[in-house]
Amino acid sequence: MTYLAKPRLLAATAPRNALGYTRRDYEGAISTLCAGCGHDSISAAIVQACFDLDIEPHRVAKLSGIGCSSKTPDYFLGNSHGFNSVHGRMPSVLTGAALANRNLIYLGVSGDGDSASIGIGQFAHAMRRGVNMTYIVENNGVYGLTKGQFSATADKGSKSKRGVVNSDNPIDLAALALQLGASYVARSFSGDKEQLVPLIKGALRHNGPAFIDIISPCVTFNNHAGSTKSYDYVREHNEAVNRVEVILPRDRIETSYPPGSLRRIVQHDGSILHLRKLGEDYDPTDHIGAINHLQERHALGEIVTGLLYVDNSAEDMHRHLNTVEKPLNQLGDAYLCPGSKALDALNASLR
Amino acid sequence: MSAQPTPIHRSNDFVIKFANVNGSGSASANELFARAIIRMGVPVTPRNIFPSNIQGLPTWYEVRVSGEGWLGCRGGCDMMVAMNPQTWDRDLAGLDAGGYLLYDSTKPMPRSKFRDDITVLGIPLTALCNREYSDARERQLFKNMMYVGALIALLDMDFAVAERLVADRYRGKDKLIQANINALRIGHDYATSHLDCPLGLRIEAADKVGNRIFIDGNSACGLGAVYGGATVAAWYPITPSTSVIEAFTAYCRKYRTDPDNGMARYAIMQAEDELASIGMVIGAGWNGARAFTATSGPGISLMQEFFGLAYFAEVPAVVFDVQRGSPSTGMPTRTQQSDLLACAYASHGDTRHVLLFPEDPYECFALGAQAFDLAERLQTPVFVLLDLDIGMNERLCAPFDWDDERRYDRGKLMSHEDLEAGKNFGRYLDVDGDGIPYRTIPGTHPTKGAYFTRGTTRNAYAKYSETGADYIYNMERLRRKFATAKDLVPGAVARPATRPTRIGAIHYGSTGPAMAEALAMLEREDIHIDSLRVRAFPFGDEVMQFIADHDFVFVVEQNESAQLRSLLINEGEIDPKRLVRVLHYDGSPITARFIATHIAEAVTDRKVSPIGQPVRKVAP
Ligand SMILES: Cc1ncc(C[n+]2csc(CCOP(=O)(O)OP(=O)(O)O)c2C)c(N)n1
Ligand code: SF4
Ligand SMILES: [Mg+2]
Repeated sequence: MTYLAKPRLLAATAPRNALGYTRRDYEGAISTLCAGCGHDSISAAIVQACFDLDIEPHRVAKLSGIGCSSKTPDYFLGNSHGFNSVHGRMPSVLTGAALANRNLIYLGVSGDGDSASIGIGQFAHAMRRGVNMTYIVENNGVYGLTKGQFSATADKGSKSKRGVVNSDNPIDLAALALQLGASYVARSFSGDKEQLVPLIKGALRHNGPAFIDIISPCVTFNNHAGSTKSYDYVREHNEAVNRVEVILPRDRIETSYPPGSLRRIVQHDGSILHLRKLGEDYDPTDHIGAINHLQERHALGEIVTGLLYVDNSAEDMHRHLNTVEKPLNQLGDAYLCPGSKALDALNASLR
Repeated sequence: MSAQPTPIHRSNDFVIKFANVNGSGSASANELFARAIIRMGVPVTPRNIFPSNIQGLPTWYEVRVSGEGWLGCRGGCDMMVAMNPQTWDRDLAGLDAGGYLLYDSTKPMPRSKFRDDITVLGIPLTALCNREYSDARERQLFKNMMYVGALIALLDMDFAVAERLVADRYRGKDKLIQANINALRIGHDYATSHLDCPLGLRIEAADKVGNRIFIDGNSACGLGAVYGGATVAAWYPITPSTSVIEAFTAYCRKYRTDPDNGMARYAIMQAEDELASIGMVIGAGWNGARAFTATSGPGISLMQEFFGLAYFAEVPAVVFDVQRGSPSTGMPTRTQQSDLLACAYASHGDTRHVLLFPEDPYECFALGAQAFDLAERLQTPVFVLLDLDIGMNERLCAPFDWDDERRYDRGKLMSHEDLEAGKNFGRYLDVDGDGIPYRTIPGTHPTKGAYFTRGTTRNAYAKYSETGADYIYNMERLRRKFATAKDLVPGAVARPATRPTRIGAIHYGSTGPAMAEALAMLEREDIHIDSLRVRAFPFGDEVMQFIADHDFVFVVEQNESAQLRSLLINEGEIDPKRLVRVLHYDGSPITARFIATHIAEAVTDRKVSPIGQPVRKVAP
């Protein structure tokens, strides 16, 4: 574990974003995870993404379940409210929070055990419902916090640290999210910050359920030979379909890419996703194509990463419910209570 | 069979039961019958007795008519409207001697199928319907209206009252009004011309209803949630609680639709299960909206871990638990009060929850609305425990009232201004000595007041801590908070006997009306009992004082394990011998006869003199 306190003194030259905040303003408590744990890199990527997007920290609500991964919201965005709930049930808590106030940014952080094992039901239903959120699974193929048992994302044939071979079929959460109606689906690797940060930024600016499956090696229990979630294995089998850059409406600088290799997708809020294609043609707006591609590559033992799917016209849960624009948690008595006159009329109808 | 007893002669005091087939559309006709009596100024209490099935199984609708105003279940049956051949034998056997049987005489029945000690009234309902209607569905539906029409004649009721009710019900649909009145008329005319009208049983117009309203408890809960300011409801269907949400939905549409743009000032989410519904409620409560769920026993079981989280992380939530026969799936369509302990100490570890026990729809509304103030003031889950008997049956009760000066008590919230002014914010700090800390709502302030909510131990400033002292500080504060709750929850309602007595009786919830009647019956036998209706947990001091003031106290409840008694013993450190169980738990509502018989026997067995000066003891 890392017990080193972070230096609190800031260099006067530390870069500031449009709100005048430094990266430090987006950090949280000191991590208590194992040194080298993939989850810490993801926390750093979240800090970077929020800094880059000039997000006001208090406009974010962080929610998680239980696990090493679910502890991490304590370690980033210290000026945001956080809720470390119960195992496998972050999606429902997040959904309720989102119902109460449609104007915050909801960031759900979970683990593969938390989302694919105990929480698979809630995971599925939150995607179906179109909850406007960024849902991150820090996927290490094991239960880190309970000391390395296989989780439901462990690949068939992968070997545990103790030499046990997993014989169950794995759940691919990205494929599931696609099928269930998530409108932004990505996969990435905690060891690839260049790829990860923009994917998180795109998700945070997305309207609707955005899901990112992030392979995040557990150095203590699942980083050995025979594991398919180790740093080495993921580096060797990573097949990135694209590279994303997020351009905010405020700074529309055209980046120069070779013609034909760039695709622009304008999201609901005006932000632009610049997609640089890698390798063969991959269309992230083709829902069925995306599902097929994941299946095909999985059969070949490859890990497909990048922005897998995006629907920039997706609707969210509040739209389905036709709720008022003003957050429900801010409606005053006068908007909520029908009063005594209405009650008298109702009484009269009940006689 | 006994020798011919004289037919029962009683006005405004009898029980009439309708035996129907589930799904045959009888419910609305039967309800019309009950309402017609109420409109004649005579109190009635109807009860649905129905199986857990949608179509084809037997159902009964029991209407107790009581000019004296007793609203509890009475037991027995003076008249049976036997419309279900399947249950004929049972229905016939359940009729009191001297009672009346109304049946469909289209097909002749052998004499052996009847009893000689009752009055048999045959009306060829099927034949009348077949003559009048060609459509199969109409034949079925209007058959129900026909027997209601016949009853109006047989019981000497006012036909015009029923006509007006039909007109009110189908206002604007003239065709339907005419068709229904026509069916009523056919039944009425047949009875008048072929049967000896009126019978010994009669309805006499009176003035005993007053300004009371007639509504079911679940609807009242839904309305209470609207008035209580609930904006988020998350639920999963389960009998007998589903209609709480249905009512909330209907009242929200009516009262909470933005007049300018038709948008909803509420959000109702049908969750995938109860784990999710309570999770949503807690997420919404954490985020500053008033949120609730409605469920029944099995749902309560599933929600346990979340209740513990909400208790420990101090998140407001309201839970309507409409209790049914348990354990397991038990008797899903029957009534019980058997979730008390599961709710009072819900979840693992040292938890304690606030419970409210409404007696009737009026209190379902009032306590239902109050639950939201309590939940936010105390930052904890609040359970409204009603049961199927009051939840799913219409009941006469006081009209709902609301004070327009009343403002929602949002509890101890730290605002942007407070934080800006530099107020010290410790999420779990007991600033006021009442155990209730201050909280902030996400989004309040850019740099101050954010905290991390967790189910693990933390210090007063919400920082992770496994230190024993921090844990104990927190648990002792939660204990103080529960003591504070004692003074905020609705107090118990005392009903002293007409004479000094050393015997007391405690009851709660839907037992109220049967209890009141039982006390009157006992008084006639010279058994005098002070009664106390408990309305909430934690128990106020008045409850312990009441027990201290009596030699022994009957605890009357509708479960097998005497759950309220256990709570009293546990929380009040009462000598168990002083609390005598009176338990009814066969799934039917408790009756006055049951209570009175059991108490009378116990009093005789104990050879105590029921009359005497109360010994004033100080509450332990
Ligand atoms: C209801 C319940 N069951 C079991 C546990 C024990 N538990 C804690 S974390 C965990 C697994 C976490 O795995 P994962 O979500 O993959 O997180 P990781 O630690 O790998 O990041 C389990 C089983 C619990 N906290 N609650
Ligand atoms: S056990 Fe594994 S998942 Fe948990 S902190 Fe250590 S490396 Fe990370
Ligand atoms: Mg894991």
